[in-house]
Amino acid sequence: MSLFSKQNIQFVKDPLMDNNPIATQVLGICSALAVTVQLNTAIVMALAVTFVVAFSNVIISLLRNKIPANIRIIVELAIIATLVILVDQILKAFLFDISKQLSVFVGLIITNCIVMGRAEAFALQNKPWPSFLDGIGNGLGYGLILITVAFGRELLGSGSLFGFKVIPEAAYAAGYQNMGLMVLAPGAFILLGLIIWAQRTYSGIVAE
Amino acid sequence: MEHYISLFVKAVFVENILLAFFLGMCSFLAVSKRVETAIGLGLAVIFVEVITVPTNWAIYNYLLKPGALEWAGLPDVDLSFLGFISYIAVIAALVQLVEMIIDRFSPSLYSALGIFLPLIAVNCAILGASLFMVEREYTFSESVVYGLGGGFGWALAIVAMAAIREKLRYSNVPDGLKGLGITMLITGLMAMAFMSFSGISL
Repeated sequence: MSLFSKQNIQFVKDPLMDNNPIATQVLGICSALAVTVQLNTAIVMALAVTFVVAFSNVIISLLRNKIPANIRIIVELAIIATLVILVDQILKAFLFDISKQLSVFVGLIITNCIVMGRAEAFALQNKPWPSFLDGIGNGLGYGLILITVAFGRELLGSGSLFGFKVIPEAAYAAGYQNMGLMVLAPGAFILLGLIIWAQRTYSGIVAE
Repeated sequence: MEHYISLFVKAVFVENILLAFFLGMCSFLAVSKRVETAIGLGLAVIFVEVITVPTNWAIYNYLLKPGALEWAGLPDVDLSFLGFISYIAVIAALVQLVEMIIDRFSPSLYSALGIFLPLIAVNCAILGASLFMVEREYTFSESVVYGLGGGFGWALAIVAMAAIREKLRYSNVPDGLKGLGITMLITGLMAMAFMSFSGISL
């Protein structure tokens, strides 16, 4: 099987839209929303999660025949926690401001259901390379939703993107106002609800 | 005393761990279909939070903090980077221990809470409370109150949500919005209602 066969590409493509981990599998919303007030933090968070999911999948897949079934959760948690510590230290060293803004939410990647869910559902049964691709796909699918929510919240809430003002002064002069709700927690819930609605209508999934 | 009541109220309403910080969403969405199960999980979360937050406080202050190992004659050691892995290990181990103790001494409580306890080990609300406790530099008694308040706030949110979803079963929701979508929208409205507490300080 070649490295980029049709099936392997499917592992990456599938979670981006049709089988998105947040919108359809209901995984990993836990720490997803708190970092979406600004695009910067959302993108860093998306990259961090992609890194952790991809490499925890590879490591767990390599060890899949060695891990005893009844202590596998602890082993998985230890592997994931180690990778998260790595990410946290790298962020503290190179992106200190963003790591301050992300505060406790980097640590919470450990309990992000996506990481654990992919380890349990995919990496324990598959070879390292497909597991890696599956991790990348799911990380990016998660990132996609995160960045979409952050785009909406930053644009509507503060009138800027990546910290730069994009709504012209003339609009404010004409009576346009930033939507304070979007900066607060409820804005994220409502925006995510609407995105899930759109995504599910698009892929034709009906729950229950 | 007033300080602790204020901290409790703040943890339950103003800074509700679920509605303001989005923690513990996975189990919140999955287990909020019936009120009884929601109450069970809510109680289990309160229970585990009250135990894990102070335990992690002790771990942080006597083992990990820069200079915390002074009692062992190692004042220069800073182990705070080991925080994440220690907290999650403590939580997983304590949940296991609590499960075994409840099973031994109160079978009726075990049958009520039993199935939820393993779920809790990977509930972000539990780890989140420990991380907030470290970040905000609480004292020991504050950490007990914060654990209680955080757990109580989470339980309140999930029970309220389950009650709403039981009623919702009879309403006609658009196809794509069914399930997760409508639940998120309602959570948004609930978060808005909880935000109106933010002026309160004792």
